[in-house]
Amino acid sequence: MRKKSIALPASNAGLTNKVLAVYVKDLRLELRSRYGLNAIFMFGISSLTVISFSLGQAALSTKVLSALYWIVVLFSAMSAMAQVFVREEESGTAMALRLTTEPNAVYLGKLFFNLSLLVILVSVITPLFFIFTDAPVEGIVNFLLVMILGVLDLCAATTLIAAIIARASVKGALFAVLSFPILLPVLIVLVAATDKVWAGSSLAEVSKLLQFLLAYVVIMVTASLMLFKFVWED
Amino acid sequence: MLAIKVESLKKNFGERKVISSLNLEIRQGESVAITGPNGSGKTTLLKLLLALLRPSSGKVTYFDNDRVLSREELRHRISFVAPYLSLYDQLSAEENLQFFTAVRGRNITGKEIDSLLLRVGLEGRGMDLVSDYSTGMKQRLKYAVALSNKPDFLLIDEPSSGLDDSGKAMMTALIEEQRSGSIIIIATNEKEEYSLASQQCRLDQ
Amino acid sequence: MWWQILLFLVMSAVIVTGFITEAPQKQIGEASRIFYFHIPQAWLCVVAFAMSAFYSARFLKNRKLIDDDYALDTARLGFIFCLLATITGSIFAKVTWGSFWNWDPRQTSIFILLLIYGAFFALRSAVEDEDRRATLSAVYSIFAFVTVPFLVFVVPRMVTSLHPTDSVIDENLNFTMGVQVRSIFFSSLAAFSVLYFWMLSLTKRLNRLKRKQMTGAA
Repeated sequence: MRKKSIALPASNAGLTNKVLAVYVKDLRLELRSRYGLNAIFMFGISSLTVISFSLGQAALSTKVLSALYWIVVLFSAMSAMAQVFVREEESGTAMALRLTTEPNAVYLGKLFFNLSLLVILVSVITPLFFIFTDAPVEGIVNFLLVMILGVLDLCAATTLIAAIIARASVKGALFAVLSFPILLPVLIVLVAATDKVWAGSSLAEVSKLLQFLLAYVVIMVTASLMLFKFVWED
Repeated sequence: MLAIKVESLKKNFGERKVISSLNLEIRQGESVAITGPNGSGKTTLLKLLLALLRPSSGKVTYFDNDRVLSREELRHRISFVAPYLSLYDQLSAEENLQFFTAVRGRNITGKEIDSLLLRVGLEGRGMDLVSDYSTGMKQRLKYAVALSNKPDFLLIDEPSSGLDDSGKAMMTALIEEQRSGSIIIIATNEKEEYSLASQQCRLDQ
Repeated sequence: MWWQILLFLVMSAVIVTGFITEAPQKQIGEASRIFYFHIPQAWLCVVAFAMSAFYSARFLKNRKLIDDDYALDTARLGFIFCLLATITGSIFAKVTWGSFWNWDPRQTSIFILLLIYGAFFALRSAVEDEDRRATLSAVYSIFAFVTVPFLVFVVPRMVTSLHPTDSVIDENLNFTMGVQVRSIFFSSLAAFSVLYFWMLSLTKRLNRLKRKQMTGAA
């Protein structure tokens, strides 16, 4: 026990650098191939266009709008989130990574990479969504808060699932199959919270929902950190 | 004093026994060539030694002066070269070297990179993407990455895979240099490579 | 043997008394009798899931494939109870609310549990290597179990529901049932739980024998 507590600060400082190395490497690979970015943008913009065309000028309730918004974000994200681990396994680089660094550095690096991907996605999709639909711009600050929590929730839940499916022999639709049941509770709450802030609720009125979203992030990341090494090292 | 101890190591894949009850002890300065026909389990043994596979029973332990090394410590001291171990195609040679030292929590200077590349005969090609490399050049770069770690334990599967004559000479010199200070384990079927190691461990079916 | 006979007697008694006594809930009336059977099923659906997560964790710790067999056994049983709870629940919904399915939060929760079980089985069929299958499905089962509290306890309280919430305990955590209703309900809950653990021990024994046979043959 004593030995551990002495070694901890040093290894934590080391961990930050390792996480950063994994994150920067993935970002660099992404900028060179643009695989993930292209996928999420094409998916996001296509689905937005479909929604906009099919709805025309129909006036929609905030409830329908918030559901549409999260469906677009979820499906666009799904198209690329699994890629971080699948790419390592398919190119055969996972072995080199496994031999050289600790599992938590890999998990956290990938988590932050997925987070960046999603942040870029929502920062493009959200303005377009406001332009294409008549989602209310009032209360935008409250909405942004819900949105940020939602993005964190999506990443927290799906990064471990991505690691699992990268090691399965048949990948196919497995990512969606495994992710949806885990994400559904959070999606229900996200849609409810977005609906409420768009209908003009104050933060105090949705505080319970926000607490739920925050608790979910904390619990899912903690669980992932505990479980990731089994998926990665086996 | 470094040492590797393998105790009654077994590995089955389903019903098939690949490694059955292997015992091995290697000390600093010693090196082992693992030989045997195709399918005799050379690669499986290397993966077991690297903890990439979980043994069915038995264990592999690494020592530094009778102290058992943890998995975390080992990662900083072990290097591996193999045909199926890939580097990042979309990164340049220098970026690969930087990345693999950074994820081990170390920094590498430009000077170190240059001397490593010179050592494996890739001088002047450091900025090229690995995807533009030939198989032999990739193999050379794998040696550079392995050396960047200043390994105490060096494991190599098919050392000369893809290398031309000058590459083979480079590899032979490199292994001979490393031999005194570290433990080297190679898996090979080439007769002329048996002499790279001080002892042989033959795996039979 | 004696407890198996006792179980038979208790279950029979629960079925008989559940139908001949007064309906447990006055407003809902006759349909509320389903409460004696529906809630134990839903309860076991979560218990079986928890057991699966428990065996999964034990597998990750000890690396014994038999624990993976157990995790699968209890997941299969949980899936059956989950189906039963879904069916009885939607019959109740048809009688009292007018439609079999209306995405009530409780229905959503049980539906998601069904999906999680389905995903668990899908994952297992997608991995060929036995050890890896055990590891990946163990990780997924634990990870999914972590979301159950959100699913079963939090979501139904955040979104308005038609589901009777005060059937067992009210807001002040006091029992709302009369002595008679309470004794039938808890007998049923106990009988269902014993039934589940009995079924589980049978499948566990079957798997132990299979493993034994396999190592004997090898």
